[in-house]
Amino acid sequence: MWNDLLTLIWIVIKIIIVIVPLLLAVAYLTFAERKVIGYIQARIGPNRVGYFGLLQPIADAVKLFLKEPIYPSSANPVLFLLAPILSMAPALAVWAVIPFDKGWVIANINAGLLYILAMTSLGVYGILIAGWASNSKYAFFGAMRSAAQVVSYEIAMGFALVGVLMAAGSTNLQDIIIRQQGGIWHWFWLPLLPMFLVYWISGLAETNRLPFDMAEGESEIVAGFHVEYSSMGFAMFFLAEYANMILVAALATIFFWGGWLSPFQGIPVLDSIFAWVPGIVWFLAKLGFFLLLFIWIRGTLPRYRYDQIMQLGWKVLIPVTIVWIVLIGLAIEFRMPPWFT
Amino acid sequence: MLSTVLQQIVFYFFAASLVFSAAMVVLSRNPVTSALFLVYSFFNSAILWMLLNAEFLSLVLIFVYVGAVMTLFLFVVMMLNIDIETLRKGFVRYLPFGLVAVALVVGLMITAIWPANFGALPNPQAAADYSNTGALGALLYTHYVYAFELAAMLLLVAIVAAISLSQHGKPQRKTQNISKQIDVDPKDRVHLVNMLSEKKQ
Repeated sequence: MWNDLLTLIWIVIKIIIVIVPLLLAVAYLTFAERKVIGYIQARIGPNRVGYFGLLQPIADAVKLFLKEPIYPSSANPVLFLLAPILSMAPALAVWAVIPFDKGWVIANINAGLLYILAMTSLGVYGILIAGWASNSKYAFFGAMRSAAQVVSYEIAMGFALVGVLMAAGSTNLQDIIIRQQGGIWHWFWLPLLPMFLVYWISGLAETNRLPFDMAEGESEIVAGFHVEYSSMGFAMFFLAEYANMILVAALATIFFWGGWLSPFQGIPVLDSIFAWVPGIVWFLAKLGFFLLLFIWIRGTLPRYRYDQIMQLGWKVLIPVTIVWIVLIGLAIEFRMPPWFT
Repeated sequence: MLSTVLQQIVFYFFAASLVFSAAMVVLSRNPVTSALFLVYSFFNSAILWMLLNAEFLSLVLIFVYVGAVMTLFLFVVMMLNIDIETLRKGFVRYLPFGLVAVALVVGLMITAIWPANFGALPNPQAAADYSNTGALGALLYTHYVYAFELAAMLLLVAIVAAISLSQHGKPQRKTQNISKQIDVDPKDRVHLVNMLSEKKQ
């Protein structure tokens, strides 16, 4: 019994070690986004609070804490409060299986990839319930758009990940990374290039980011599903969105870009020069690049129209993944070098 | 690994929660709340499967039923404007039939789950390298491959049927014809007229 208790305490400590930096990263991701978008648009971005505006996210958090929470009088009270929690909880729960370095993971489970698919598919409930419980037309439009979009792109994302697990022969995330060992050409981005593109596009759609932010669509439906939320409820939706962004970037790193593996592996001189760098540095560097890509895409592309989103998801991405799954199957069967020997 | 005591605490908590949410699916007055309780009961049963080391089934239950099927279901239920009063009128009228059906089901369940008939086995301890997903896949693609393929064909037929039913007749929606749009020549759209500039008389 005492051993159990100790295990539980140890698990809680590990969770805190992951969650606290994650929430800090979320806070500074909002700051980075405003800065990067600012520079893309030839502005400076926030620069008043602290040096270079570095305290801006803290100021934003304090502001949101102190604001008055407003409840619409005809909203469903229980579900209205539950919705932000339901979008936040799965976004944090997925981090249990993410390996940051070899062995640096809270739960090294065999069905890690399935667990990720299951947890990310729960995120849509927060949006759906928020839209319905607010008892507002705009919120409901946002929720409907989001439900249809997430369900469509989940299929494409699932198929893209089927390609990954076929290539790796495992659903354990650590095994998937170890299977990519041997240098930058052995990472799965090359044999699974169409899968990576499909995964990335559907990752953008799953997190409701531009160019797929139909659920919010400021210029069409005000702010979509969270139009009735203020104060911390509003903040929770944004925490969830940014935590999901970091998650999609982390998963892209793990599945297609070798996770913690060094990009110089297998290159004669550089390999030994960079041998001392711990894996987590590479992991975070790749993660940071994908986050930048998220913001970059937001600063570059206009919003898709709704029927075009559906067309892209069902008629382009899903057929591409199905064809590539067959090709990967053939490549594995005939042991195509250098990836599937 | 969790000790048996802790495992039992987890089991009884989620089993009770499953029974409660299953009851609330029927008892709740609001159809949306009912659907959400159904989601919650799926989630609870997924946890019970997880306790049996059936992680593949458990996670697929969440991924397929909670993540996709129930989302669409909820989507439809939210759009329907269900009049709860008319629904409740029928409740008392059909009560006797309902009670008989419930009595039959309960009797059936009790005979089936009675310890003597059920033949319950203790939860087998899996080996350390046991992969539920791998074991399931090996069985599905060898021993049960025909049944599996038949089920897949059945689903394909259902998909084709659903699409052909909903695509029946002339499409009513306005969509853009992309090839037509690309083929458009500016000369067909805009007619430029050369006019002499007018002068003040």
